[in-house]
Amino acid sequence: MAHVLLRHRDIPDINKLEVYKKNGGLEAFENAVTKMKPNEVTDVVKNSGLRGRGGAGFPTGMKWAFIDSKNWPHYVVANADESEPGTFKDREIMENNPFQFLEGVAIASYAVGANAAYVYLRGEFWQAAAFLDEKIAEMEEAGYLGRNLFGTEYSLKIYTHLGAGAYICGEETAMLESLEGKRGQPRVRPPFPPSYGLYGKPTIVNNVETLTNVPLILANGADWYKGMGTTDSAGVKIFSLSGRVRKPGNYELPFGTTFRELIYTHGGGVQDSHKVKAIMPAGASSSLILVDDDKILDTPMDYASVRTIGGDLGSASVIVVDETVSIDWLINKTIHFFRHESCGKCTTCREGTYWMSHLTERIHEGHAKTEDVDLLLNVAKQMQGKCLCALGEFSTMAVVTGIERFRKDFDKAVKA
Amino acid sequence: MSKQVTLTIDGKQVTVPEGTLVADAAKTVGIDIPVFCHHPKLEPVGMCRMCLVEIGRPIRDRATGQFVMENGAPKIQFMPKLETACTNKVEDGMVVLTQSAKATEGQKGTLEFLLTSHPLDCPICDKGGECPLQNLTMAHGPGKSRFLYDEKMHLAKMVPLGELIWLDQERCIQCARCIRFQSEIAGDSVIGFDERGRSTQIVSFSDPGFDSVFSGNTSDICPVGALTTADFRFGARPWELDAQASICTQCPVGCNTTLNTRREAKAGGKIVVKRVMPRQNEEVNEIWICDKGRFAYHYTEGKTRLARPQVRKDGKLTRASWDAATKLAAEHFQKAKKNFVILASGRLSNEDLFNLKTLSEHSEGRAYLYSHMGGGELTSLVGVGEGTNFAKMGAGTTIVVVASNLYEEAPIWYLRVKQAAERGANLIVMNARETKLDRYASFVVRYVYGDEVKAVSDLGKKSKIGDSFLKSENAVILYGSDGLGVSGSSAVASACAKLLNDNGFVGKPNNGLIGVWSRANDQGAWEMGFEVEEDLAKALKGKAVYIVGADPVADDPKLAAALKGAEFVAVQDVMETATTEIADVVFPAQAFTEREGTLTSGERRVQRFYPAVPVTGEAKADFSITSQIARQMGVVLEGTSVSAVFDILADSLKSFEGLNYARLAEVRPQWPIVGRSDLYYGGTTYENTQGMGVQLSAAAMRGETVSIPKVENEAVARPKENELLAVPVTKLYDRGTTVLPAELLHERIGDASVILHPEAARNLGVEAGQTVNVSFNGVSGDAVVKLDDTISVGVALIPRSMGLAIREPVAVKVK
Repeated sequence: MAHVLLRHRDIPDINKLEVYKKNGGLEAFENAVTKMKPNEVTDVVKNSGLRGRGGAGFPTGMKWAFIDSKNWPHYVVANADESEPGTFKDREIMENNPFQFLEGVAIASYAVGANAAYVYLRGEFWQAAAFLDEKIAEMEEAGYLGRNLFGTEYSLKIYTHLGAGAYICGEETAMLESLEGKRGQPRVRPPFPPSYGLYGKPTIVNNVETLTNVPLILANGADWYKGMGTTDSAGVKIFSLSGRVRKPGNYELPFGTTFRELIYTHGGGVQDSHKVKAIMPAGASSSLILVDDDKILDTPMDYASVRTIGGDLGSASVIVVDETVSIDWLINKTIHFFRHESCGKCTTCREGTYWMSHLTERIHEGHAKTEDVDLLLNVAKQMQGKCLCALGEFSTMAVVTGIERFRKDFDKAVKA
Repeated sequence: MSKQVTLTIDGKQVTVPEGTLVADAAKTVGIDIPVFCHHPKLEPVGMCRMCLVEIGRPIRDRATGQFVMENGAPKIQFMPKLETACTNKVEDGMVVLTQSAKATEGQKGTLEFLLTSHPLDCPICDKGGECPLQNLTMAHGPGKSRFLYDEKMHLAKMVPLGELIWLDQERCIQCARCIRFQSEIAGDSVIGFDERGRSTQIVSFSDPGFDSVFSGNTSDICPVGALTTADFRFGARPWELDAQASICTQCPVGCNTTLNTRREAKAGGKIVVKRVMPRQNEEVNEIWICDKGRFAYHYTEGKTRLARPQVRKDGKLTRASWDAATKLAAEHFQKAKKNFVILASGRLSNEDLFNLKTLSEHSEGRAYLYSHMGGGELTSLVGVGEGTNFAKMGAGTTIVVVASNLYEEAPIWYLRVKQAAERGANLIVMNARETKLDRYASFVVRYVYGDEVKAVSDLGKKSKIGDSFLKSENAVILYGSDGLGVSGSSAVASACAKLLNDNGFVGKPNNGLIGVWSRANDQGAWEMGFEVEEDLAKALKGKAVYIVGADPVADDPKLAAALKGAEFVAVQDVMETATTEIADVVFPAQAFTEREGTLTSGERRVQRFYPAVPVTGEAKADFSITSQIARQMGVVLEGTSVSAVFDILADSLKSFEGLNYARLAEVRPQWPIVGRSDLYYGGTTYENTQGMGVQLSAAAMRGETVSIPKVENEAVARPKENELLAVPVTKLYDRGTTVLPAELLHERIGDASVILHPEAARNLGVEAGQTVNVSFNGVSGDAVVKLDDTISVGVALIPRSMGLAIREPVAVKVK
C-alpha cells in the first residue's frame, strides 16, 4: 500500500515543490480556501475520525471546532518539539515530506481563521528548521503563502521557531510560553489553548504527524480515511520502533496492526532471537506492558486495545524490551531522564523525580533494601494525580508498572 | 455588583462573587486551605500543589441545563483527581472538601515533597515563628523523614540578590511569589528563575542587584525564610517582637506600617525598632511599602539624636533646663513681634503644625512651610477627599501625572496608578523627560521645561488626548516638582486646579488635585494655612527664627548665610544638624517612633501613629515644646494631650470637622484577610487593628465656591553659551537627614551627581563617572557625571538633597 504520510518513500523527490504539486500537492489547500468555508474544512476533519498524534489522541476536528470565535486573532502552532525518547517520526516527515506537513498547517490555519502559524521545533532540529524555512519561502514565492491567497481575502504566514533544549516544551502550554519568549513552563489548564493560547489568544496546537494527515483527508474525503485503521482509531499511524529489535525505524501502518506484526514482520524480530519481556508503547512516558503471555503480542495497536493490556498507545513510540534487560535498570534510566527534564514549576514533579532518582539509583547500584523498593512505589503513587502537567504524571508510569509487574527484578537488585 | 455564586466548602455554605477562587472563598468563612504559591494579590499559578482539595460539581442535564437531582439535592460528581483550590473558580452548587482523607493525603504528600530538600533550620531562621512552612510542618508534617539525609540538596545559604535582600537557596521552595510580585505588581522584572527542575534557583539579573524600590515586600510574602532583608537578618526572633501601628514619614503617601520593637542588648538594654513592616490599608498602601519606608527609619536611633535642651553660652551650645531654654526663646520671639518667623517642615504632625500656626497668629509672626513646592492651598480647595481610593479607579477615570517621577517620589502611588491604568484607567503622563510610569500610560506628553502650564492647559482643549480627559467620568491630577521650584510648581498647581474646576472634576470622590510633596505631612501644613516663601533667604535675614524639623543650613548655603545674619535662631529637631550647630537655642524633639500624633497624606487622609519606643533623653513632642514656648509668650496652647490638640484643631478647621482620635482609629473589614495565624495566605504583613484613617473634605465638596488664582507662567531661566539649564529632580534615596543615617541605603544613595545627555557630556568633554564642578546662581560644588540619553541635550538634572542646593530651574556651568 502506498504511504499516506511517509510518501517520500514512494515518491523520492516529493520535497521539491513541483514534484509535490505534480502529485496533487496543495490542491486541497487551494480548494479549501477558494471553495470551502472554514467550518466545512473542520467538519471533514471531524468526520475523518483523525485523532491527535502527539500522544493524547484527542479528536482533531473537535479541537478545531473548540476555537473561541469571539476572541481574535487566532493562531495555529505545529508541535515539532518531538522529544519523547523513542519518538522520531516528525523529524522524518519534516525532513522528507515537508510540503505535505506545511500544507496541513496551512489548511488547519484556514479552518480556524489563523493568519499566522508557528512551527515550534526542538532546538536540535535546527537543520530541519532551516530546511522548512526554505520550503516556506518557496511556497510564498509560488503564491501559496502570503497575502490574499488565490485571490481571496485570506492571508497566511508560517514561521519556524526553535526551542532551547527542554523536553517540557513539547507540552502545549509550555510550548506557548516558550514561543512567547518566556521560560518554558506549563500553564494551568483549563483554560485550554483553543480559548487561551499564544499571547492569550485562541490557538490550535497540533502535532506534526496529525497535520500531515490533513491534506490527503481533504483530497480524498473523510470516508477514505475512515476506511483505514479501526473504528476507534481511524487512519494510519507512524510507529517509531526501537529497543531490542533487529530493524528499528519508522513504520507507517494502519491502526489496529498487531505488536507482533510490527516487531516481527516489519522490525525483523528481537535481537539475538530473545523473547519480548516488556513493551513501552509510548516512549519513556509509557507504562511497561508485561509480555508474559504470547497472546499479548497479538493485541491490535489502537488507542482502545492497548489500554486493555495495561498501557497507552500515546505517540506510538514502541520500545521493545527483552529478557536481557533488567527493569530496575530501565526505570533508573527513565527517571534520570525525567529528573533532568522536570521544569521545576510544580513541587510534586520537581521533588518527586529528584527523590525517585535517588531511589532508583540506589536500587540499581545494589545499595538498597527491600523497603526502598516499597518506598519508591509509594513516592511514585504519591505523585500520581497531583502534578501540574503530564510530565510528572508520566514519570511515574514506568516506575509503578515496573515495580508492580516486574517485582522480581527489583528483589534481585536489592539482594545483589 | 457582580453575580454571586453559592457553593459548599466543608459543609459550610459560602456565597462569594463570581470569579472568586476556591481558596479565597474558603478564607472568607474561616476555612484555611494551606497555600504557598497562591497569594490573593497575585495571578494564580497552581504550582506548589499545597492546596489540593476534592472538588465536586453538580451534574447538569445536557438538554435542559438543569441540575440532575438525587434525594432532593443536586447530584454531585467528584473529579477523580484532587484539584488545586487556588486555580479553580467557584461555581454554583460546587462542593469542596478540604479535609477529607483524600485531600489530607494529597496535602501531606506535597508537604513531604517540599520538606525533602528543605533544611529545616528553623532554630536559626529569621522566619522561624512566623513561617507558614514551619506551621504546616508542625501541624501535618511526618515525625520522621523518609528521605535520606545524605541525599538532601546542599546549596548556598547566603546569596545577596542585591544589598538589601538575601537569598537562602536551601530554604527556597520555588513558589515564585517573589518573582511574580516583581513582574505583576511592582513592574520591575529584575529577579527570575535560573536552571530547571530541582536545580531551579532565584537569581537577580539587574545591575545593581535586585534593582527595585519594592524589593522588601518579597521578604514579607516569601512563605519560608528564603528571602530576608539585610536589615532584619539575624536581628531578632519574631516572637520577641512587640508591634505598634505607625505611619511612614518618608513621603506623602502615608503608608500604614507596623513598628516591631524589642529590648536590645546591643543598644544598652533599650527598646529599639527592629524592623518596619507594612500594615494593611487597602485604601492607601494595600499590603506593601517601599524600601525607603522599610529601611530608612534608622535616623530615629542615630547617635546624633538630641536628648537635652541647649542654649548658646559664650559661643558654645551648653545644656540648659527646659524652662531656661523655652524662656530664652520666648523672650526673643516676643520682642521680635512682626520679625518673628516660624519655619516648619512637613515632617511634623498635624498637632505640631497646628500649635505652630496658632502661635504665629497670636504673635504677629509668619509661619512658613519649608518646601520647594507650592500650590498646596489649592489642594485644600479642590483636592481629593472623602471616598477617594486609587483601588476604585479604572475604566472611566483619567489620572494625569504631571511634572512628577512617581517611582522615585512616591513609590506606592506609582504602584497604585499603574494598577489603575492596568484596570483600564486613562493614564496621561506629562513630563519633560521619560519616567517609568510612561509605559503604562495611554498618552505621554513630552514638553520643554518651562512649558508645563501650557501643556496642562492644553488638556482642556479639543484633541484626541483632550477628549480622553474631558469625556472621563472622574479625573485626578497628581502634580509634582520635577524640574520645578516654588513658583513653577505653584503655576502648575493653578493650571491643574483650574482645569479640574472648569470641567467639574472637583467636589466628588475620585476627583481632584493631589500634590506629590516631598514630606509626609506637607499636606497637613497646607491645611493649617502655612505658606511657602520663594525667597526664603530674604524672609529669614535679620529675623527671630523658630526652625522646626528642618535643616536649611545644610540644604542651602544662601539660607545658611541668611540665618547667620538672623537676630535669633531657635532650632527644634530630633537630631543634630548643621542648623542646630548655628542655633542660639536647641530643643530636642521626640521622633515619630516615640510619640503619638496624626499625619495628613497627599490624598488628604488623616492617620494616626502610635508610640513604639521610649523617649530619648528629655526630648518632648513638638506640639508640647511649642506650647511651652507659647505659654511664656502669654499664648495658651494645649501642650499635654495630643488628642486634645487634635480636638481643638478639628473645631477650628472646616475640613477636619467632626474628626477625633477615636474615629481615626476605626477599621473596616478588608480583603484580602491578612496577618492571622495562617501566615501562608497573605504573608507577614500586619492586619490593621489600629485605624485606617479618615479623608478630609475639600472645600469644593462642602459646596463652597471655589475660585482659582490666575495662572502665571513661570519665566524660565535661559542658559547662556557654555551653560545648560539645570533642573531639580527628586531622587528616592537622597542625602536627607531622615535617610542618610540608614547605612544600608548608602550604596543606592551615592554622591552628588549631575545627569547629562551623552551628547551634552561630549560637548563638554566630560565622561560618565567623572567628577566635575557645577556652578549656578552663586552655588558651586562637585558632582559625579551620570549619563541619560532620555533627557534633552540642553538640560542638566540635579537631584535634590544630594549636596547641590538647587531650588528652581537655573542656568548652570559644568566644568
